[in-house]
Formats: sequence, structure tokens, C-alpha cells
Amino acid sequence: MSIEIIKPGLASSIQDKGREGHYHLGIPPSGGMDQRSLIAANLLVGNPEGAAVIECALMGPELRFDTTRKVAACGAEMTPRVNGEAQPLNEVFEVPAGSTLGFDFVKAGARLYLAIEGGIDVPERLGSRSTYALGSLGGMQGRTLQAGDTLALFQAHGQAVSGRHLPPSLVPEFSRQYQLRVMPGLYAHRLRAESETRFYSEDWVVASEADRIGYRMKGGTPLSFIEREPPFGAGDDPSNIVDACYPIGSIQVPSGSEPIILHRDAVSGGGYAMIGTVISADMDTVGQIQPHQKVRFVQVTLEEALAARAHYQKVLKQLRQMP
Amino acid sequence: MTTQQVQAPFPGVFYRKPAPDEPVYIEEGQAVQAGDVIGLIEVMKQYVELKAEVSGTLESFSAENETVLEAGDIIASVEVSE
Repeated sequence: MSIEIIKPGLASSIQDKGREGHYHLGIPPSGGMDQRSLIAANLLVGNPEGAAVIECALMGPELRFDTTRKVAACGAEMTPRVNGEAQPLNEVFEVPAGSTLGFDFVKAGARLYLAIEGGIDVPERLGSRSTYALGSLGGMQGRTLQAGDTLALFQAHGQAVSGRHLPPSLVPEFSRQYQLRVMPGLYAHRLRAESETRFYSEDWVVASEADRIGYRMKGGTPLSFIEREPPFGAGDDPSNIVDACYPIGSIQVPSGSEPIILHRDAVSGGGYAMIGTVISADMDTVGQIQPHQKVRFVQVTLEEALAARAHYQKVLKQLRQMP
Repeated sequence: MTTQQVQAPFPGVFYRKPAPDEPVYIEEGQAVQAGDVIGLIEVMKQYVELKAEVSGTLESFSAENETVLEAGDIIASVEVSE
């Protein structure tokens, strides 16, 4: 009961819902960058919503199954192919024993989540099977997948039904240009007012090095921080602060030049001023933005952020209740 | 004679040279063997070698050095040798 990695793709890794509760010790949550698609894929095949899946970034892997399994692929649009035959996205299909599952070029979005009936059997590390590659923790030996790896599967539960699909209203739509909602703070007061205004009024382009640790943006006007006498413990650059905790989603702008949105494999703290935080409801979207696509940051209030979170929770509830 | 097009397998920046001060991997009109590296694509801090899938003659590049490509964009055409 296993699958063999013939071609690994670009940065495919095993992820579940993440490793919560250790960020204060420097260990980030990891887990699927687009949690909603990870959960949707698991629920479609009848797995617990946090079962371990394969997250495939920008290019899908090629896998050989030694056992017949039902699977579902959600998230980025890369057409799955079983022995070359096209299969639907967001819908359960069967991969017969001995056959090969591959994927076409990505048409939209950045990350596809492949859930396999039963889930992937790798050991839990600190309560999660997610890969944290920077810390060599979890997943397949703490790293992204490589050709020749064999992934063990848990027993199939027999509850997956071919043809079961996401209702159209729950299929996410991808774009080439995204709006990300941001709560200003905690160090927004360190920015010059004109820089803060401009930050929210310009298009930013995702840099090619955007990954699970952070999404770096370029193309906007460099931001200028208010000059000050560095407080004890802070670096000399005006973008420096006395070391502080970094929330997931926080936006730092080292030297004012290129904003970085921290994501689920981020470092837990450091000495750069965070000028705002992408709201939790939009973090799945961040994980689906391809390098070189455009982003506009939109300032929201706490009330708007909470309303967005409530809406996001409602979508998850609809996924849990889908027929 | 058939022509095979080499497509970008994922989005990224295309390079025709292994390093800025080195010559290109292959010139237009040169013979190419299946498996030969014809360029690099960079994304997510990784440089991935782009290899020819067939042997023949590299007819032309449709993508310029250091351009941003989307997945599926055509990079080059190879005239397949019989």
C-alpha cells in the first residue's frame, strides 16, 4: 500500500493542517498554504479533513500507485492524468493499482492538493505530519519529495465514491491579479505617512523567490521609514526594530525596498518592522499566487477582518456539510 | 520532418546561459540530443535545467534570455531527426 515518486515536481511536500502550538519555540505551523483546498480534497475522499496530503507547487509530480485508491485534487488548475487520460479536478476519481498519476502544466493558481483515500502514513512530529523543510522536520524525512521516494498509505476506509465533487459555489476562482486585505500594525507608525498611503495604492509583483517561508513583493516604490535614534537592541536601518514576534501573514519591509508576507514556514521573530498583517481569511489566497502575478494591498478594519474570518469559517462549514 | 516545441513546465524566469558571464547552452541551428540542457528556469530559489526531449536540430528560441514565462509557454522549437 504505497505510492512511488517517479518525478517529484518542483517543490512537492507532505502537508496536513499544520503543527500548532510551537511557534513560541521557533517552530512554525507549516501545513498546507491553502488550507481550504487541502481540507476540501480530504473531505471529498472521506478522509479526516486534516489527513496528510501532497502539496504540489507550480508543477505536479508523477506518481505510481501499487494499490487501487480513490483520490481528489483541489486547488491550482493542473489537469490530473491517469496513464495519460485526463481526470477532473475537485472530484473523486480512481487510480488503479499499477497505474501512473501525472499532471498537466498549471493553468491557474499555484498549489494543488492531492488527497489519497486513507491518507499518507508518515510519522507525526510534534503532533503533525507536515513538512517543515527549513527545519528538516516532519513529512518525508523532513524534506520535499524526491524521485524514488516511496510513500506508505494508511488502510483505505472504503468510503470514497468516484464522481463526488465540490459544488460549483465552493470551487475557488483564481486570477492573475489579487487583492489582499491587510490590518495595519504593529509598527505601521514607523512608516512615513506618504509611504503608507502609497503602499496601499500601488501594484506589487510577486518575486520569483516566493515560497512557503515568505512571499516577497517587488515593483512598488520603496517605502521610507521615519528616521530615529535606534533604541537599544535595534539595528541601524530605519526599518529595524528591537526583535519582536512575527505573526504569520505579517508584512516586513527590510530597508524599505521589498515587502515580504510571512507564510506558514516563517521564522518566528526578528528585527524588521511589520507594517501590517494579511488577514487570516486571505492567507490561502496568498498560497495560490504564482510568482510574477500582481497584488494590491487593501487596508481593512478589525471589524472587516473579523467579518471576513466569519465568512471563511462559513465556507469551511459548507465544505464539511457537502453531500 | 516534424518539429517539437519545448514548453515551460512551470512559471519562472528563463535563462539561456548557466551563468551571466558564460556562453549560451546552445545556439539556434545547432544539433541537440535528447536530454541535452538547453536552458534554465528559475523559480522559488531553484534553478531547474530545461532539457530537450528529442534529438534533432534546435531551430529557434521563441523565448528571450531572462524573460518571465508562464507554464506552457513555448520556449524553443526542435526539428526532430528521423
